[in-house]
Amino acid sequence: MRPLELFGVAKTFTMHLQGGVRLSVLRDLGFSVAPGECVALTGPSGAGKSSVLKLIFGNYRCDEGSILISDGANAVDIAQASPRQILSLRRRKLSYVTQFLRAVPRVGALDVVAEALTDVARGAARERAAAMLTRFNVPERLWNLPPATFSGGEQQRINLARGLLSETPVLLLDEPTASLDAANRDAVVDLVRERKRQGVAIVAIVHDDPVREAIADTCVDVTRFAAAA
Amino acid sequence: MSAIAGEEPLLTVEALTKWYGRQLGCRDVGFDLYEGEVMAIVGESGSGKSTLLQLLSGQMEPSGGRILYRLRDGNESDIWQMSEPMRRLLFRADWGYVHQDAQLGLRMGISAGGNVGERLMGVGWRNYGAIRASATDWLERVEIDQSRIDDTPRTYSGGMRQRLQIARNLVNAPRLVFMDEPTGGLDVSVQARILDLLRRLVANLNIAAIVVTHDLAVARLLSDRIMVMKAGELIETGLTDQVLDDPREPYTQLLVSSILPA
Repeated sequence: MRPLELFGVAKTFTMHLQGGVRLSVLRDLGFSVAPGECVALTGPSGAGKSSVLKLIFGNYRCDEGSILISDGANAVDIAQASPRQILSLRRRKLSYVTQFLRAVPRVGALDVVAEALTDVARGAARERAAAMLTRFNVPERLWNLPPATFSGGEQQRINLARGLLSETPVLLLDEPTASLDAANRDAVVDLVRERKRQGVAIVAIVHDDPVREAIADTCVDVTRFAAAA
Repeated sequence: MSAIAGEEPLLTVEALTKWYGRQLGCRDVGFDLYEGEVMAIVGESGSGKSTLLQLLSGQMEPSGGRILYRLRDGNESDIWQMSEPMRRLLFRADWGYVHQDAQLGLRMGISAGGNVGERLMGVGWRNYGAIRASATDWLERVEIDQSRIDDTPRTYSGGMRQRLQIARNLVNAPRLVFMDEPTGGLDVSVQARILDLLRRLVANLNIAAIVVTHDLAVARLLSDRIMVMKAGELIETGLTDQVLDDPREPYTQLLVSSILPA
């Protein structure tokens, strides 16, 4: 099988605090990603692009359909998996660069990044984290400071360094180049291309047209799977 | 579907129920906890989360249900079917309990080093030098200056007391630690330090933990899984980020939407 396959995925939110309003976001969503392929999700704001990434990561519950992540000879269906299975996949198979960094109080930038490598010895993890921060032009004087007070662009680069460090076979990117300058945008493009050459399957949301053209092989228009209102 | 091979739960809880006379404490709670896994129990006052923690930690006998614990030899044992001495030994050697109020978890009249060392003596350590060295090491890990090792916790600030209580509970390498609002009642700046310490220590030592908190940010930071309690019942459970970001039950949605952004 391919590293990531989605079939018949549907998602509806029931808002109990708003009188039980049901908000259907996606219906019958299906696509798959080959090793080394980058699929870009397109569609206007509110079409459900970020929801697709959150469903794949297991951050949102999937109501219908299946989301298969290849794991050795098997496939794990995120839609049915136990919390332990999802956590295990996130350590080994699946990484997700969110739009915003969720900063942990008191933890320095280097450790925030290094923590992405849970199964690597601390010293080695910090070395790789340092190399990644250098790649994203984060000055060394910031490495030991907690990122909570950093600028938006700096936080996003920490977030990217963290999300891109672990080299899992499936990578989810939500607006990786928003709030970055040209040099750092190029650094992201280089790194994504490198991951593709390594055979990583990527799903990305990219609003910046030149960046999308530079990294995406296929586009999936999410509005095609919008649930009828 | 690939299960995670060769591992069985550390703790298996089945249909746990507690009645206080006709008043319900909690009803029909069941879950598994695996080695190294951190579970948060959230809910408002009166939801039954403290009752549940007291039951799970063996401080109170349930009205119904079972708590099975996997001993170091691999055998599973019902904690209320064990002999009293066996249960006490288990609590001393395998479990820890961090109280919200550090005074309940510390001996206020003996030195910080003594507070930590006592736990080691409780599991058979006799060499004074080794006990002292381990106590010193643990005070350092919880960021208490070595010069304070011979002072009693009476002379410590609230945050230091809580860190000392954590050291006392982790020094003998427990496999399961219970925590009741570990950062409740502390200043926000002190809270952050304690949370970061707990998060690191629990992860590095691969300790399983059950943390009761009413603070969803604490749950998000510390836990892998979450259980939401309401009126004595477990109403929603799952991966922590999933329950907090995509809550299903009306009450969970209310809890999540009631947080004021900082």
